Amino acid sequence: MSILVNNKTRLVVQGITGGEGSFHTEQMIAYGTKVVAGVTPGKGGSEFLGVPVFNTVEEAVKIQKVNTSVIFVPPAFAADAILEAANAGIKVIVCITEGIPAADMLKVYNSIKNKDVVLIGPNCPGVISPGEAKVGIMPGFIHKKGKVGVISRSGTLTYEAVKQLTDAGLGQSTCVGIGGDPIIGSRFVDIIKLFNEDKDTAGIIMIGEIGGTAEEEAAEFVRKYVKKPVVGFIAGRTAPPGRRMGHAGAIISGGKGTAAEKMAAMKKAGIIVVESPAEMGLTMLKALSSRKKKKTSAKSAKKKTKQLPKRKNAVKSKSKKNVKKSSRQRR
Amino acid sequence: MKIHEYQAKEILRKYNVAVPEGKVAFSSDEAVNIAQNEIGGDVWVVKAQIHAGGRGKGGGVKVAKNLQEVSDYAKQMLGMTLVTHQTGPEGKVVKRLLIEQGVNIERELYVGITLDRAISKNVIMVSTEGGMEIEKVAAEAPEKIIKESVNPEVGLQQYQARKLAFALGLEGTQHKNAVKFLTALYNAYEKSDCSLAEINPLVVTKEGNVIALDAKMNFDDNALFRHPDIVEYRDLDEEDPLEIEASKYNLNYIKLDGNVGCMVNGAGLAMATMDIIKLAGGEPANFLDVGGGANKTTVANGFKIILSDPNVKAILINIFGGIVRCDRVAQGVIDAAKEMDIHVPIVVRLEGTNAKEAGELLAASGLNFEVAATLKDAAEKVTAVLNK
Repeated sequence: MSILVNNKTRLVVQGITGGEGSFHTEQMIAYGTKVVAGVTPGKGGSEFLGVPVFNTVEEAVKIQKVNTSVIFVPPAFAADAILEAANAGIKVIVCITEGIPAADMLKVYNSIKNKDVVLIGPNCPGVISPGEAKVGIMPGFIHKKGKVGVISRSGTLTYEAVKQLTDAGLGQSTCVGIGGDPIIGSRFVDIIKLFNEDKDTAGIIMIGEIGGTAEEEAAEFVRKYVKKPVVGFIAGRTAPPGRRMGHAGAIISGGKGTAAEKMAAMKKAGIIVVESPAEMGLTMLKALSSRKKKKTSAKSAKKKTKQLPKRKNAVKSKSKKNVKKSSRQRR
Repeated sequence: MKIHEYQAKEILRKYNVAVPEGKVAFSSDEAVNIAQNEIGGDVWVVKAQIHAGGRGKGGGVKVAKNLQEVSDYAKQMLGMTLVTHQTGPEGKVVKRLLIEQGVNIERELYVGITLDRAISKNVIMVSTEGGMEIEKVAAEAPEKIIKESVNPEVGLQQYQARKLAFALGLEGTQHKNAVKFLTALYNAYEKSDCSLAEINPLVVTKEGNVIALDAKMNFDDNALFRHPDIVEYRDLDEEDPLEIEASKYNLNYIKLDGNVGCMVNGAGLAMATMDIIKLAGGEPANFLDVGGGANKTTVANGFKIILSDPNVKAILINIFGGIVRCDRVAQGVIDAAKEMDIHVPIVVRLEGTNAKEAGELLAASGLNFEVAATLKDAAEKVTAVLNK
């Protein structure tokens, strides 16, 4: 299993005919994602990269039964695109667009927050469940199907973590880039909740950065509810206060949102915080194998333990299937 | 984006937020002329205009009791280097002054509006502790800050403004004026896509008026495309020349005080690379995100910017090629390095798409690169070159 996107994902690309949209549509199709519709107002009825194009998301939902959307439209129109998707009944919306005004996102966030829809982003690399579906701009080939959930505010730093995991022999269940803006649809806590409930996610890597208090909020949740090992890193320890470090949301303001505060809160919650971003993968490997050892020793000690052995088998059979799939991946 | 106090007051005036009479001056003659002919009265305030708070303590705000004093203070301030807790030890040179009418202050209060990221709503805050640093108040007496969050679909409501004005202990005309002020200020904040509007102090005058004695407005960079009038307010003198240069090439560069320059794709990885430099025993000389399209030109421009900082003793290039092909980046690094005569060691780490080919190119270039395979390796190589 995985979260948010999988082989049942039927994807519509909003802004499919634009530069970014068309390039990444090709990449997503090549990965094996079911891209079944595109939306570009005014170009409905045509076909693009073999995908039918519609004028509205509503039509794409009706005719192509899309359930997930990825948005590549320019910043001035992106908020509108999110609302269109949400109101058309899309359940998972992934907004890649960078540079959406905060005031626009304020309205979007507050108007969809009580709806049955998950918004990922904006200003994010997207979501990938390796071997199943890639909904975003991340390079597919560095990923490997497996049991680690990755969640991050940044793009290339997520790739870095994924590469380290794959190199260490650890695959990923799903990797979610939640985005670097101050207002985003889903925060760490929302995604960690999903990973926590996902049977096939055995460990979680969370990669935060300076600015805001979302990491602290997630740490509190982890402390209360999460038994799976969580490895964390916070980027921006050397960032000066008051400066926006690339991401609109990466700013220490009024002395709040520093890396030190976040790391302290995470450590307090039992999260294994790594000092160096080079150590994310191996730390997760250690955390998972020490957990395995504990489990097996606990099992041999008393057979009626609560750790169900069933789960192990399920994962094994899945990973076999995955070998076939990943050989199909291009790039 | 940040602007000057006098510019913020110009915007506030447009939205009917009460501010003192005043105007910007670039010379002492101009200052006197404004005081005498445009403002009138017999008390004026001369205020240095730089993008930093704490100006009063540094001698950047003076009350003048006659025109001679206006002239003297203006002469003193123009050209002086003003050091405050926000400018850093190097301070900032004063080039503009705000000449304002004197105000009969009865009470000094505080009001600020900003985005509360935890709840994804704008929040308007008031405090009776005006004139103090609000961070200090928040830390020492948080109960003295009263907040109202604003539903973006309906905006700030009158009952909220009334509640805040009552919380400030205002009555009668003062209360009425405060409600008007808060409503107008929120309107200005929202209409101009601010990320922060802060009035500290907000003063109540002996006549019962409620006026913005100081004004700070920051804007959401993502929304500037719909505010060409605000973009006009940009003051390049307040920005680092290297950062201005970098922005011409669409490079996201922030100058820091360290000795190891870095060039990275992606903001998160760029911050992480700075952290790695620190862990390796160096100090990052900059933040530089070359974005998604790293090629020969961006790399060459990146080198140029990084190397114009004389403190740089080494450079770490860290590119994770996803869509970007590493071999192309490597070629860019090689070409740029050949053309530019670079005199500091360069550690290059290229990972992702075509990383192997990139490594081969770098090795065959005959140039003196330290090629690192992983992030850890890169950190170690940076330490090694620094200790050479």
